[in-house]
This record gives sequence, structure tokens and C-alpha cells, in this order.
Amino acid sequence: MSIDQSTAAKVAKLARIKVDEEALPALAAEFNTILGFIEQLNEVDVEGVEPMVSVTPMRLKRRADGVTDGNQQAKVLSNAPDAREGFFAVPKVVE
Amino acid sequence: MSDLNTLTLAQARDALRKGETTSVALTEACLAAIEGAGALNAFVHKTPEIALERAKAADARLQSGDAPKMCGLPIGIKDLFCTKGVPSQAASRILEGFKPEYESTVSQQLADAGAVMLGKLNMDEFAMGSSNETSCYGNAVNPWRRGNDDAALTPGGSSGGSAAAVAADLCLAATGTDTGGSIRQPAAFVGITGIKPTYGRCSRWGIVAFASSLDQAGPMTKDVRDAAIMLEAMCGHDPKDSTSADLAVPDFEAMLTGDIRGKVIGIPREYRMDGMPEEIEALWQQGTEMLRAAGAEIRDISLPHTKYALPTYYVIAPAEASSNLARYDGVRYGHRAKLAQGDGITEMYEKTRAEGFGHEVQRRVMVGTYVLSAGFYDAYYNRARKVRTLIKKDFEDVFAAGVDAILTPATPSAAFGLGEMADADPVQMYLNDVFTVTVNLAGLPGVSVPAGLDKQGLPLGLQLIGRPWEEGDLLNTAYALEQAAGFLAKPGKWW
Repeated sequence: MSIDQSTAAKVAKLARIKVDEEALPALAAEFNTILGFIEQLNEVDVEGVEPMVSVTPMRLKRRADGVTDGNQQAKVLSNAPDAREGFFAVPKVVE
Repeated sequence: MSDLNTLTLAQARDALRKGETTSVALTEACLAAIEGAGALNAFVHKTPEIALERAKAADARLQSGDAPKMCGLPIGIKDLFCTKGVPSQAASRILEGFKPEYESTVSQQLADAGAVMLGKLNMDEFAMGSSNETSCYGNAVNPWRRGNDDAALTPGGSSGGSAAAVAADLCLAATGTDTGGSIRQPAAFVGITGIKPTYGRCSRWGIVAFASSLDQAGPMTKDVRDAAIMLEAMCGHDPKDSTSADLAVPDFEAMLTGDIRGKVIGIPREYRMDGMPEEIEALWQQGTEMLRAAGAEIRDISLPHTKYALPTYYVIAPAEASSNLARYDGVRYGHRAKLAQGDGITEMYEKTRAEGFGHEVQRRVMVGTYVLSAGFYDAYYNRARKVRTLIKKDFEDVFAAGVDAILTPATPSAAFGLGEMADADPVQMYLNDVFTVTVNLAGLPGVSVPAGLDKQGLPLGLQLIGRPWEEGDLLNTAYALEQAAGFLAKPGKWW
């Protein structure tokens, strides 16, 4: 599997990271180095092997479905780059 | 008492209880050492006011006879732990200015045990790196040097600041986290002890997430006894982390008898790598003989899927990272890029993440995005999860056959020079974790113990891998190894 520049651009877009056009060839080359390394996994016979879901087999704990927390609006917003009138503020999303 | 900052946790604890010193005196000695160690760039956010306030409170508790186990002991906290009101950036520009409104469970438990926080420690950005060179604060520097050569060496990573600070006696001990070797490799590079407990022993709540199925916190300390003391304070069930194990935490220190007679120690043949330096091979042999001399039975074992651990890790860890790091979007906390006229929300995300994440983090997020994307999910991610099952089974098989612990080298080399790997491809850097990463994939406890010096005078470590949940037994074997190795070397002070 080889990654070309257009695939690198697509991955950057999916990851929501702006990558300049001129940086794409180097990025594609790095991806290929890493994926080349990962290709070794194709040698392994995984027929009938279950993919790991949890490294320590345990049942997730359950608790009553009740409210345990809340009313912390000021704390929730305290680190926001732009908070107004009790909300997070972002550029216009809908016209 | 002089040089209070050079004490171990156990020595300082005993001195406090005998009234030979105070927590304020210990804390002031550490704060002075930190002030004089700017060249190591280990502490990146100092909290002397918090430290002195907690030290005074600890002294009062010691006076009143109501002192918890780590009462008054000054420690450093890796920047990955959220600490209330104190910058917690994961060494990333994207979390610039972030001051959590809450405290991580582990750092809270340490505070509840009476420990005194001196400040936050340098690390690789989001714990992604093996040399502390991806930090937004700049490199942390190893207090050790090659003989008289003044070239700056890496303290390892990602917990490089923690390693440098403990080795240079800036604090009595420090917290680290380990996703692929980030406690054990830096501990080996600076000649200290570091343990990654079984996955689920320490709560991950409030620790900035990198790869959630692999991340574990653990102590980095001057010796094995201190590791036992501090690990006990860090462990325990936490309802806020659904993967935290609801198991009793034993008194690990009380389990340090040094008696390992009859224990079976496995020596895995697959860890004998091509091109491994002779000194590492020799150290491993010596460690084997030490454990044999202490009465353990040495057994050759096979862990056949070892060579697939690194490629498996470099699918699973980036995949989980790409998901975990999706939260850094410039909306809720940290950095937001300045926007141009007409930029919408997508440009805000893309510019913020391009400015806020360093190169290695961007690379891993994108690799993770790729291996999870439609059409490749089965070929890469699901295949890696299947191989992970096989890697874990390798360990289960040897434990079922009666092996109590496994001895391996901690790292494939001694500390290398900062900048020396700059021209290497990313995979070269990843090879640093070749002996440690299997342990994270299998969720097992692993401890790195300093065991000798190389020809250039740099420390080398050995790793012991234990059965799940048997940290106490593992630490006891490490204690026997420590006693036999007798590693007492300290770096000469140049900073």
C-alpha cells in the first residue's frame, strides 16, 4: 500500500489539520515509511483470532442512572478561548 | 541534616517521623535544587507556594501524630496530570494557558497521602516520543554525561523531565506515565527505578489521554523501596475510570523481603536482537546470574510474537490518539488560531490543530486517522487488535507454565545525544521501545531497575515483567536484583 499526495491531503483533511501543499510530498513519504513498517503484520496468521477489546477481562461496573454532577457552567467555560453569555462561541456555522 | 533533597522517600519519611527534619526543610531543599537546575529544563511549571503551604500542613499533621504514609514528602508531577489551578499542558502548545478546574485521581491520592507537589515536569508532547524532544517547552536534559564529553544527552521519554528531576535530586520522586515504555525507558537512561503497573491499577481519570487501552501511571523513584511506597499511594479503584480495577491494594513495601528462592525467571530468546550492543547483552547475562545466585530458577522461554509488538503498537496507539486528540478543536480549552476574514468553523479547527500540535503529534494523529478510515480499518486496525491478542497469549502461556517473572534489557542502548536522531526516520526512534512495548500491549506490570554502567559511564537498566496484579511479587524480585546489582552511581553535578 503506497500513499500518494492526494491521499495524504485527504487524511490531513479528515484529521482536521491544515497541511500546506508543499509539505504534502514529505508527509506522504513519512506515511509510507511508517506503513511499510506496519506491513509486517501481514505475515502473522490471525485466522480465527479474536481482536482484543479489553486487555484486562472485566465486566464494566454499573451504577444507578441518576444525576451525580452538574451546575458547573462557570467552571466548564473557564478555559474557553471564547465564551459569551454562558456559551462556547465559535465562527458562524449556519447562514 | 545536609542535602535533604538527596534522600529517598523512605529515608525522608523515617527522618520526619523521628523529628530529625521537617517537611518545610525538605521542600525548601528541593526548591533550591530546582532553582539551581535550570539547565536540565526538568520543571516547567514551578509551584513553590503550593509546595510550602502543603509542607506546613504536613508538618502539623506529623506533629499531631495523624500522618498518612507519604506525609511531607516533596515530589514532582508529570505535566500530563491535570492539577487544579496549575497549568497542565501535556507539553503541548494546544493546551497553552489551560488550568484545570479539577485534580487527577492519582495526583489527588498522592496529595491525600500527604505528598507535597513541587511543580510540573517536562515530557514529550502528549507523551509521544522517546527523547523528550517533542516538548513545547524544549528538551529536558539528562544529568548524566559521557565521561568528560559535555554533549547534552536525552533523559529519554516521554517522562524525561520526571527522570531528569529524580536522578538530579530535584525532588525525592516523581510521577510518570507509560504507554509504550515512557516510564521504564527514561528510568533506565538516568539510572533510577520506574514501574508501570498492571493496566487498571491506577486510575486514568484526569490524566491527559494518549492511547487509552495502553496508558498507565506509575512512580519514578530513587530505588525499589520508594517505588513500592509511592505505587501504593497511586493505586486503587476509582469509579470515575471504568477500566480501573476494583481490587484491594496490598502493602507493597511490606512484601520486599528480597527472598526469591524458588521463583521461576523466564529469559525470552526473542529479546536477543540483532545488532544489540554487547554491553547490553552482558548486563542481561549478569542480571540472570544475580537472580540465579539469589535462588531463582532460570528458564529459557519463547514469546514468539515479540517482533510484531512494535508494528502492532504503531497501529493501535496512533488510532486511539487520533480519537482522543479530536477534542482539541479550539472551542473548549487551550489555543485557538487567529482566523482570517471569511474563515468558518472548519478553518478554525484546521488552523488551530496545525498551530497547536507539533510535528510528531500531527504525524501520529494522521496515521491513526488513516488506519481507522473506511477501507483500511480491517486491514490495519482490526489486524493489529488480533495480533495484540496473540502477543498477550504469548505471556499467558509462559505464566501458565509456571514462570513468575521475565527478565529482559530495558532499552536497546544507553542514553543518546539530544539531536542525534534528528535525521533518522520516525521508525528508528520507535525502536527505543522494542523491549517495553510488549508489556503495554499485554497490560502487564513492568519495572526498570538500574543495573550497571556502560563503557562511557552511562547507566543501563534491566526490566522485569510480572504477572497481572502481582506488582508486590514483581517489586520483590526487583528488590533482590537491586541488592545484587548494588547500583549506587550518581551523575556528577555540572548544571
